[in-house]
Amino acid sequence: MDLPNVRRRGLKRTGVYAGLTLGAMFAGLPVLWMALSSFKSNSEIFEYPPRIITDNFSFDAYTTILTDPAKLRFFLNSYVIGLSVVALTLVVAIFAAYAFSRYDFPLKRVLNVVVISVQAVPPITLLIPYFGLMVTLGLYNTYPGLILTYLVFTLPYAIIMMTGYFNTLPKELDEAVKVDGAGPLTALWRILVPISVPGLVSVGLYTFMIAWNEFLFALTLTRTEDMRTVPIGIQLLMGQHSYEWNEMMAMSVLGCVPILVLFLFFQRFFIGGMSAGAVKI
Amino acid sequence: MSQLTLRPAEAGDGGPQARRPGPRPGRLRRSLTPYLYLLPTVLLLVALMVLPIVMVVGYSVMDNVITTRSSESVGLDNYVEVVTDPVFHTAIRNTLYFTVVSVLAHLVLGLAFALLLNSAFVGRWAKAIFRAIYVLPWLFTIAVVAVLWRLLLNPNGVVNYLLDVTGFIDGNVEWLADPDTALHAVTFINIWCGYPFFMISLLAGLQGIPKDLYEAARVDGASAFRQFWHVTIPQLKPIIISMALLDFIWTTQQFALIWMTTGGGPINVTEMLSTFTYKLAFSKYEFSMASTSAVIILALSMVLAFFYVRHQKVRD
Repeated sequence: MDLPNVRRRGLKRTGVYAGLTLGAMFAGLPVLWMALSSFKSNSEIFEYPPRIITDNFSFDAYTTILTDPAKLRFFLNSYVIGLSVVALTLVVAIFAAYAFSRYDFPLKRVLNVVVISVQAVPPITLLIPYFGLMVTLGLYNTYPGLILTYLVFTLPYAIIMMTGYFNTLPKELDEAVKVDGAGPLTALWRILVPISVPGLVSVGLYTFMIAWNEFLFALTLTRTEDMRTVPIGIQLLMGQHSYEWNEMMAMSVLGCVPILVLFLFFQRFFIGGMSAGAVKI
Repeated sequence: MSQLTLRPAEAGDGGPQARRPGPRPGRLRRSLTPYLYLLPTVLLLVALMVLPIVMVVGYSVMDNVITTRSSESVGLDNYVEVVTDPVFHTAIRNTLYFTVVSVLAHLVLGLAFALLLNSAFVGRWAKAIFRAIYVLPWLFTIAVVAVLWRLLLNPNGVVNYLLDVTGFIDGNVEWLADPDTALHAVTFINIWCGYPFFMISLLAGLQGIPKDLYEAARVDGASAFRQFWHVTIPQLKPIIISMALLDFIWTTQQFALIWMTTGGGPINVTEMLSTFTYKLAFSKYEFSMASTSAVIILALSMVLAFFYVRHQKVRD
């Protein structure tokens, strides 16, 4: 390789890394600033000129949040609702995906289109009738009310993803069990489900994320502070007395931790599921 | 790149070896089995999707729903009122601007980052680290994104400081409270937290393009740009169209970000269809009008959904 060529490669390489660094600053610096602000005292948040680490660097904001039962309750609510939604979504989606993947039936095409298109139904359209329904059914301001609501948003993509996953598994697997005289249910739970764990993890992660992040229905279908979830808790902090920016930032960091931890441990599943292109924020 | 080769297009496709029920005993039971498995899904969708939609359409042609027990049919009066409301027009214009700019920027940024990450110069570890950083904004709850940017864009915040020091602005700009900048500011925030969705899918798409296509192009003497334009883009086209449609549908529905940053203000400059409807219902308690607006939004979304479903079928 001649010299100009080497130099050109070096130049290209520099260009690529410069681009990557710029991108990383665009994505990462705001997040870093949020984390740094959570260690400041409230009076130092808008200090002029801004400093990265201030004199009163402390974990006080975190201590305040983590010792306040009302704020811990937001986290408890989010976990209870998130985990329930994951469990229910997986069970219902596994059955539905099994039907779509392993059977042929007259309404298959229609039901399939229905499942794909309900993803496009705007949440705001459902909000008003849900409000009426939940009040009528006595589910307003309860866990079951929110859990049922979230199922509608998690099920369609969970079914689509699980069907896709089951389709990649050879059907000889379940046929082999049936030859031994077992029914289709045994084939599903003994064979298909155990080998679909990666797909289930991926679906479960997304389901949890949707439930953890949901805002509109959590805002509208709950009323008392002890039923609020983390996103609403963050919004409530903004309204309360004066702005406690350091506490808001600490609460935000804490509110993101579950998703960040899940992402770090299961990056592969997240990425795999994301490329499925059927995931709603 | 992973075992997951899931695409919405494959949903319910039954694989290439679709089987017919053979003429054997228990045929009726067998033909009913799939419906049994789908029963929970169908029940949930009827109770929580079909029924509410019927209800909201019903509300939209009545007056005084939810707040009182005595509501009467008013025909299409509500529709006339909503469609002629100037704030509704503003909301449509804002939603269109917000959505079109967001989707285009998501696509451009997502593609740029995916191309950078996919570059042969980037090692495995560097790639994993940069990818994790790039995905970061997407992992944050919208509530957190909103609070975070209210901190950064605060008149006394760090963004103003940096822009002031570098001479781009003079004095303190109230990005989210100034009618001239608020809509651009919320759009920018939405761009910041939404591009990773495109990036990851496009990255997977890039890795799936056969290498020999590029070799063939190089043999023909195609420049890097021509390779990008004539090989990369056509190969990514199905993913791009499907992502763009999904993003378009979802961005038009964005509520939390607007609600927590500007609440639709100042003087309606960031009012979206979603915040307009929400306020009708839960600030003004005009549930009939809100239902009407909600039905109009549903109709618009279904047009988009039609194109999405059709595109998915073509991909089959």
